[in-house]
Amino acid sequence: MARRSTTLPPQASGEDPTIRPATLADVAGVIGLDEEVTGLRKAAYWQDMFERFGARRRDQRFFLVAGAPGHLDGFIIGEVRAWEFGSPPSGWVFAVQVRPRLRVRGLGARLFAAVCARFRTAGVARVRTMVARDNAVIHAFFRSQGMMAGPFIELEMRLD
Amino acid sequence: MKLQKATAFALYAVLELAAEPGRQRTAVEIADKYGISAHHLAKVLRDLGRAGLVEAVRGVGGGYRFVGNAKRLTLMDVIGLFEGTSAEADAPTPGEGQDIASGLRYVLAELDAQTGATLRSISLSTMLKLVARRPWESLAAARPARPTRAARRGP
Ligand SMILES: CC(C)(COP(=O)(O)OP(=O)(O)OC[C@H]1O[C@@H](n2cnc3c(N)ncnc32)[C@H](O)[C@@H]1OP(=O)(O)O)[C@@H](O)C(=O)NCCC(=O)NCCS
Repeated sequence: MARRSTTLPPQASGEDPTIRPATLADVAGVIGLDEEVTGLRKAAYWQDMFERFGARRRDQRFFLVAGAPGHLDGFIIGEVRAWEFGSPPSGWVFAVQVRPRLRVRGLGARLFAAVCARFRTAGVARVRTMVARDNAVIHAFFRSQGMMAGPFIELEMRLD
Repeated sequence: MKLQKATAFALYAVLELAAEPGRQRTAVEIADKYGISAHHLAKVLRDLGRAGLVEAVRGVGGGYRFVGNAKRLTLMDVIGLFEGTSAEADAPTPGEGQDIASGLRYVLAELDAQTGATLRSISLSTMLKLVARRPWESLAAARPARPTRAARRGP
């Protein structure tokens, strides 16, 4: 059996060849895609996200993209978090976006599968996320991937 | 939340038919599988037909087939044809000065928001995938056996 090596082409390692870790050159594409989706340009925010999740501790933090730099088709961001609320290490997904005209063709599912594969490699057995209750699309998307409500409940109050 | 009979029957029927969209099934076939009244199910299937989720197939064998969009129809879409899901709406309307009743409705509204979001997020196609995974089996395996009456009473 061939030894696992980081020099293997992505296909040979069983990875989705169209999905790769983000590089600095992708940040502009992420900013543009997010602006197209949300109508807001948040350059400093995405720059910071890349520095925190794309450039450091890359065995635990995953900023993955699909498409060409400058014109991304989609991205997903996740990280392994340990012992928050007493929970053993688990994967957290906290951003996913697919270019509107490319939706409902399986790219979101492939991005999710790619980040889950990295969580497994990082040794965690569970993946979590949080969705806005009235965002039916993103909620339906995560449900379609097999996610269910977990054992935590989000609580909040006004501070006034 | 307690589903009424008609609602549960509708979910059985729609999901059975959506699992094999090309295939037609009769009310009797589905009713037999779940041990429910074929007469009651036939009525429910007619309601589902009027709502455009299933279609009656004429001719030999007859029966119904699924004609909806399983990726877009949600559990709430089916349930909503037969009943409301609001606990808040079922609670008595608070009168003047009945703050406790108002507070109770406020808490029930929190439950309703949760219930609604859950039922609206699960499409028929997601539900069929869930059923195929049989997640309830690992839940049952993880749950400790229920103590017997004698054990609860203690020595
Ligand atoms: C959610 C999103 C990532 C899905 O991407 P996508 O490429 O369209 O998803 P896929 O084609 O892989 O679909 C996967 C599943 O999600 C379901 N889905 C996708 N869009 C859906 C919609 N609008 N309504 C209901 N279900 C939907 C699909 O039906 C599919 O289910 P299936 O497994 O039963 O076939 C994309 O719609 C998006 O970017 N939305 C905006 C994201 C957002 O609001 N982000 C803010 C929070 S970070």
